[in-house]
Amino acid sequence: MKTLQNIGISLLLIGLAIFTILPFIGSYNLSAEKFDEIVQNKGIKSELFIADVKNSTVGKEITNPFTFSSNLINAIATSNETHKQNNEWDKVIWDKPHSFSYAIAKDVGSGPVRENKGLFWFLTFGLGIIGALMFIIPELYRKPIPGIKNNGVWLNPSTNRGWIAWFAFIFLVGFYVLLYFFPDYIVNWTYLVDPISESISGNAASQWFLYGFLYCVVMTVMAIRMYIKYRHNKYQMLRTTSVLFFQIVFAFLIPEILVSFEKPWYDFKNAFPLDYDFFFQWNINDLIANGGFGLFILVWGILLTIVVVPVMVYFFGKRWYCSWVCGCGGLAETLGDPYRQLSDKSLRSWKVERWLIHGVLVFAVVMTGITLYAFFTGADAVLGIKTQTIQDTYGFLIGSIFAGVIGTGFYPIFGNRVWCRFGCPLAAYLGIVQRFKSKFRITTNGGQCISCGNCSTYCEQGIDVRAYAQKGQNIVRSSCVGCGICSAVCPRGVLKLENGSDDGATRHEIPEVILGNDVNLFDMLEENK
Amino acid sequence: MEHIVIIGNGISGVTAARHIRKLSDKRITIISAETEYFFSRTALMYVYMGHMKFEHTQPYENWFWKKNRIELKKGFVSQVKDASKELVFASGETMKYDKLIIATGSKPNKFGWPGQDLDGVMGMYHRQDLENLEKYAPNNKVCKRAVIVGGGLIGIELAEMLQSRDIPVTFLVRETSFWNGVLPAGESAMINEHIKEHHIDLRLGVNLQEIKADENGKVKSIIIKETGEEIECTVVGLTAGVSPNVDFLKDSNIELGRGVKVNRKLETNIKDIYAIGDCAEQHEPIGQRRPIEAVWYTGRMMGETLAQTLCGNPRDYNPGHWFNSAKFLDIEYQTYGWVFGERGRPAYEQHFHWKHPEKHICITIAFHKESKLFLGINTFGIRMRHHAFDKWLTEERSVEYVLEHLADANFDPEFYKLHEKTIVAQFNQEHNTNIQLKKRSWKRIFQFS
Repeated sequence: MKTLQNIGISLLLIGLAIFTILPFIGSYNLSAEKFDEIVQNKGIKSELFIADVKNSTVGKEITNPFTFSSNLINAIATSNETHKQNNEWDKVIWDKPHSFSYAIAKDVGSGPVRENKGLFWFLTFGLGIIGALMFIIPELYRKPIPGIKNNGVWLNPSTNRGWIAWFAFIFLVGFYVLLYFFPDYIVNWTYLVDPISESISGNAASQWFLYGFLYCVVMTVMAIRMYIKYRHNKYQMLRTTSVLFFQIVFAFLIPEILVSFEKPWYDFKNAFPLDYDFFFQWNINDLIANGGFGLFILVWGILLTIVVVPVMVYFFGKRWYCSWVCGCGGLAETLGDPYRQLSDKSLRSWKVERWLIHGVLVFAVVMTGITLYAFFTGADAVLGIKTQTIQDTYGFLIGSIFAGVIGTGFYPIFGNRVWCRFGCPLAAYLGIVQRFKSKFRITTNGGQCISCGNCSTYCEQGIDVRAYAQKGQNIVRSSCVGCGICSAVCPRGVLKLENGSDDGATRHEIPEVILGNDVNLFDMLEENK
Repeated sequence: MEHIVIIGNGISGVTAARHIRKLSDKRITIISAETEYFFSRTALMYVYMGHMKFEHTQPYENWFWKKNRIELKKGFVSQVKDASKELVFASGETMKYDKLIIATGSKPNKFGWPGQDLDGVMGMYHRQDLENLEKYAPNNKVCKRAVIVGGGLIGIELAEMLQSRDIPVTFLVRETSFWNGVLPAGESAMINEHIKEHHIDLRLGVNLQEIKADENGKVKSIIIKETGEEIECTVVGLTAGVSPNVDFLKDSNIELGRGVKVNRKLETNIKDIYAIGDCAEQHEPIGQRRPIEAVWYTGRMMGETLAQTLCGNPRDYNPGHWFNSAKFLDIEYQTYGWVFGERGRPAYEQHFHWKHPEKHICITIAFHKESKLFLGINTFGIRMRHHAFDKWLTEERSVEYVLEHLADANFDPEFYKLHEKTIVAQFNQEHNTNIQLKKRSWKRIFQFS
């Protein structure tokens, strides 16, 4: 079994290695005809740009995406600079440079990857999936008796912030930086999934399709790991199935199918303000332009945030969203599960959390307010702040850096819920509802706690669960996503996630029975008089 | 300002300190020779198993003590001078106290076995034992086999620990079935089966003859008394129970039995000296409890009770209904009220036992033969609500009432398969009753607490 697992790990690493070198393979040859066509289609009027690209790139065989990209981007930058100085605004190229370069690179790239998409898919995705499963499935035979087995978690360099974790960290951060900011470097990766994209929506794959597909694959493989690890725990089995279903069907398939029917790309479960650009002008315009269906999406999106989300939180706690439905939560609960113990439990980090997450919520709400004000009044700035600037800032800092690069890239170092705990504005909103008006709590079972600390250690949200449990107090915390792992790892059956009553006393009070000492509070009051 | 000195930073001493601080402004000092900060002893096993780091076993962050003005002193008290209200440390230092709380816990039992002090022989109780185990049994290359002597809760935990590093374990148990001094036969048999299922070499009804050394004074093997069999091993774990850690008081004026003798107010024979937790021994057992209770929960209760007494609300140690819990490898165990094993079972105590046909899930309910009064429940593989049983015991409910409302007591995670129906059906069949299981009611559940 151990040998099988070692072979599996080797295959996975080979798959990852091949995936990593793919961007360096192949060449980019922009022919004169092709370039004319692009200039025509894009309506490019800058003669400087055209001359520059013709000189540097057209008709040449460029053997890596970096030179190709930098040629185009330099051409855009230098020509734009001159045109802006000369107030030749119609000649300025307003496209995001790397997206502009991506579209062309994707079109003119060539080489073994583009010619053998299936083969390379197998050598990357295929080997990765097979290798990972060969590592995961033998656990069933190595640990044949179901139960919590966190053996060696803190002794293993991949899960105790050891050297493997740091490698994983660099790899993940690198991946996210490329994905968000340098799509033109990774066109080879997108070729791998072209056939799949074409079969669903009819279009070639964008970097976002690649990401969506990879996300589903990773979640599925790691969900199998969850199924094996928690096979004795039905709550975990159902929850894992639920996040997997919502990711594959709602976040991946439905939006792609919508596109194939020329409807707007929309993820029906992605609620504002997590879906921060829902009220951006271009989106609202898109939806309105799409007629009845677009309007339906607009109304649904508003209802989802204002009615569905808080009402469900009232009855079930924010877990219904964060650990049963959400895509970010879904990845955290599958790929992120091996890292949940790395969250910081200190009081200091709780303080930081409260400032940060509510700060992001305020940022999102203010940005949306300004955007909507601008939308209805036609102004392009409010109080001297350009809507475009604030949107770009949010998109860059929160949407890309925080949610992506830090949110997932930092899994191996800071745990799997960095984004959900410190950054997600929707989680902040749900948390306020959960804290003040919800039936949900984690019930502490009388005096049975032995303060061992498994619950706190494995709380991905960094809640010091033990601090409550050892007092016999129920846990009512805005950040709790109800993953149920504290209850699963408790060796003494102390914790239970429940939707009981929203009565403040039953949720919060510290019962005296914990003592076993039958103290009557009223008698004590009398005595003290 | 009155100076309260607590010897021992375990759950009893720390609970006392925390509650004294809550209730008063007295000066508090906690002394420990073991560790700088309080940690959960019950969690030591998880450090070796890699579930947690040692720091995770500390329930309070390090700043907590200073912020709450609880002074921590590392040192070993060698003498208590009650006349001058003074402690003498092994280092020669002294410390004055106004009130002294002895909360020194337990130490592992050794029964004078030949070889019991060899290198590689250890208990599993102190932080130092953990370090020792890490030294002698870091993996299955260094430690080819470990032998555990004594079939109690610590023994099975030590077996689980060693097993987590794939170290073969031989487990010597004096009783004819695991922990059958406490557990009824059916439950004990199920745990035997579970231990063997984990490939632990369980030897029932055997005693240790001696531990043999190699030429370097290290453990080489052990001999079983009954069979004379020699088992080669690298590590021997002695887990044959614990006894009060009170040797340092032998020459003091404090009355000792096996532990420090205390009355219901937890006072010793000497004014202003108290004892709580594992090291305290009641003059008269409370109810069906033992005079020495070496349990996490009772230590906590005594700490809280004594804090009240010291802060002007004198109170008897009144531990309410018995409860306890443990985990046997993968099987969780909880108990509420009294369920006796074969040994010491009162004649009036009748048992109802239900076991899942395939899984390691079972319960035993004890009730009075004639009056049908509910006496207690053992649960294995099912979690039950402490508040529910505490209330039912106080209200002196009948076994029928308990079964009728059993669904209210279930504490398993959501979506788990519930067994109450089959439990009640079996009881009805065996006792010719017609108990109807009531549906779970949140209203009733919230009235428990």
